Amino acid sequence: MKLQNEMNLSFESRSSNEAFARCAVAAFLTQLDPTISELNDIKTAVSEAVTNCVVHAYKDTIGKVYINVKIEENSLIVIKIRDTGCGIENIKKAMEPLFTTAPSDERAGLGFAVMESFTDKLSVRSKIGKGTTVTFQKRLSRRVGNG
Amino acid sequence: MRISEGEEEITAYLSGDIDHHSARDMRESIDAIVQMKKPSLLRLDFSGVKFMDSSGIGLIMGRYRLMALYGGIVRVVNVPDELERMMNLSGLSSLDIIERRGVKLETAK
Repeated sequence: MKLQNEMNLSFESRSSNEAFARCAVAAFLTQLDPTISELNDIKTAVSEAVTNCVVHAYKDTIGKVYINVKIEENSLIVIKIRDTGCGIENIKKAMEPLFTTAPSDERAGLGFAVMESFTDKLSVRSKIGKGTTVTFQKRLSRRVGNG
Repeated sequence: MRISEGEEEITAYLSGDIDHHSARDMRESIDAIVQMKKPSLLRLDFSGVKFMDSSGIGLIMGRYRLMALYGGIVRVVNVPDELERMMNLSGLSSLDIIERRGVKLETAK
């Protein structure tokens, strides 16, 4: 796939950056003239992934969250959200809807289910003590006048 | 967020973005007044919500549990179309507490 554009972002895992992260990604993608619904789907998935970094990866500490967004041919968007936090012990379990290790924080346990539902493809790689990388893809509808 | 109180009911008008960060303040404001007034009905009005991730679901479920402690109920009202997918995904629809936008509702006094 031919890369057409790319951006990188890093910021501290503070909850106040959750809105910044999803809005920054959305701002980068406006050049593709996405529909409001497509943009909303991506913002939602980014928000879930970044929240996981804040709540789980860097549970009682502050670390760096890295976002890489690639725009590939035919409006394919690939977003990687990476942390160097605690890692996920059991990815399969973590991805089960309603499973959460943070019920006291009122986490609904839907993060991965939402990412899965709101994007076309999701993959999660994680290593205990090293961190987690969540990658998701979404192809935008081709619109008249869009290249 | 604005909260209006009636005799037996409280309505919280949620607005803006609901995420993990903003949900905390909303939760604290709502719970403070619910614990004081112990209403029989808590309405969560979503008409002003522009964006919501799964933190919004956590917010609803948490209030549902809190109200159940007092024998009260929660109604989620005026849900914008854009949020419907999230609501459906959450399984909250099975609790039958969600009303969609356009449904006429009596307002709290």
